Amino acid sequence: MERRVRMSKVKEIFTRRWILWVLMAIIGFFALAMPRFWSVQSFKTIVVYTTEPLLLALGQTFVIISGGIDLSVGSLLGFSSVTGALISKTLWSATSDPNISIALGIATGLLVGTVLGIVNGVIIAKLRVAPFVVTLGMMGIARGATYLLTAGHSIFGLPSQLAKLGNFELAGVLPVQVIILLITVLLCHFMLSETRLGRYIYAIGGNRTAASRAGIPITNCIISIYAISGFLAGFAGVLTMSRFATGSPLAGVNAELNSIAAAVIGGVSLSGGIGDILGSVIGAFITGVLLVGLVMLNVQPYWQMVVVGGILIIAVFVDQLRYGRRTHE
Amino acid sequence: MSNVKKCVLQVEGLTKHFGGVHAVENVSFKLYEGEVLGLVGDNGAGKSTLIKMIAGAVVPTKGQMYLFGQPYRPSSPRDAREMGVETIYQDLALCDNLNVEANVFLGREQTRKILGIMRTLDKRGMQDKARETLEKLDIDIKSATIPVRKLSGGQRQSVAIARAVFWNARILLMDEPTSALGVKERNNVLRLVRNLARRDVSIILISHNLYDVFAVADRIVVMRRGRKVADLTTSETSEDEVVKLMVGTEIRT
Repeated sequence: MERRVRMSKVKEIFTRRWILWVLMAIIGFFALAMPRFWSVQSFKTIVVYTTEPLLLALGQTFVIISGGIDLSVGSLLGFSSVTGALISKTLWSATSDPNISIALGIATGLLVGTVLGIVNGVIIAKLRVAPFVVTLGMMGIARGATYLLTAGHSIFGLPSQLAKLGNFELAGVLPVQVIILLITVLLCHFMLSETRLGRYIYAIGGNRTAASRAGIPITNCIISIYAISGFLAGFAGVLTMSRFATGSPLAGVNAELNSIAAAVIGGVSLSGGIGDILGSVIGAFITGVLLVGLVMLNVQPYWQMVVVGGILIIAVFVDQLRYGRRTHE
Repeated sequence: MSNVKKCVLQVEGLTKHFGGVHAVENVSFKLYEGEVLGLVGDNGAGKSTLIKMIAGAVVPTKGQMYLFGQPYRPSSPRDAREMGVETIYQDLALCDNLNVEANVFLGREQTRKILGIMRTLDKRGMQDKARETLEKLDIDIKSATIPVRKLSGGQRQSVAIARAVFWNARILLMDEPTSALGVKERNNVLRLVRNLARRDVSIILISHNLYDVFAVADRIVVMRRGRKVADLTTSETSEDEVVKLMVGTEIRT
């Protein structure tokens, strides 16, 4: 019995995580095509380029599993990056204290993302407006506000220490992004699989009526979910700002669609209730590896969009085959 | 038997008018501990409205209810459930994407503290308890970690019942529990109903299928046009008589 359970677990990893083999195949392809791809440097680059998309994909995972969608994360990234930069720049020129201006700039970015995420959540949960509509509206509002605040120009003149923070490497080898990703991914995984909130997210996405009858506080859960997504978008915005020591109004354009693609490639079902953090991590790394690999191969990076688009459609098709078969069992 | 057993629910003169429509008119009956009561009647006889009043989903126009001898006026299904009266819904109210354990504990998860601050789900503990309950009720589901979507209709029905029983439901209201099931599955659910009655759970079973009612009910209440037209002991009546009472060619009280 024990043995059978273990066998089926192994089998499950091979079949349920088939997308992991796609990621490995892509890495294998690049490693064969150019030996220098198989290096610490290129893996560092991949992680750095995957960090912000992955943070958005993590938030998107919570939201989509709960049966919603968050189209505003790209705009929230841009808006929090620009507001953080503005505060930081203002304080920097007023006080000449890099520490205070950096700390408050980062705090502002995180706060702006979280608060706007809560606004999304409150409108969705309390006023019962569809998530697609609310977050589409927020996407326009936040991006518009970003352009208005900056008149479309990037914000320069931030303390140079900010760039040191964003490009910091622990012991000279481990980029700050690796540490951040590791901690955030573990925390998100823990939250989704080991806590009440995580289980309620699955329950709400699986059968909202049943969740409500079971006495699950649906309103609070939904607000928390969009707050988490907003916070992660703000976090991504702050990281973008510190990596370039710039607040760019174009940061995060189209990022919401990439985050949805990463989650869905990783097995998150758009109809809700199905998916997990590990899947979305794999999905985000597929996009990151393709981008870095194709650039290194001197192929036009636009091919990444083509390939990711193709993988997205195939991934959903394969999942449909598998779940379709299950429902007919 | 009924004079030995305790009366758990008493309904007196229960009436529900929807505008000019008299859905339920002056219905009285008693439900005893460990008893299966079949509630039958033609479409529109008032069975569902009657059940909904007991379940707390509909407020009666007139009449009283007593639960374990105390006045009982549930304000909502949730209120009723907290007092031990639980409805097994036809659409089951399970989350297909979650496993058996998660469904049994849905909304009432056990947690434990780790590192002194974080509260995490006590999955192992909940799985053990869910499995114990399945075994106790003789429900044929191999493991508490199987997602509900992989279960058959009868097994899903059983999970919903196990959940109610685990959370100390004393009275189960079941509206057509076997309507969507095959023969074998139906027999499993009926067996489970008898099993629950042996454990002193009282059950009101609405069914169109007289075969089901005769197979499990101790007593049968027949309704017609909102009124109770008969209160029969199953062993002293026949399907023939019940059908006649349902369509109104005979009256017996």
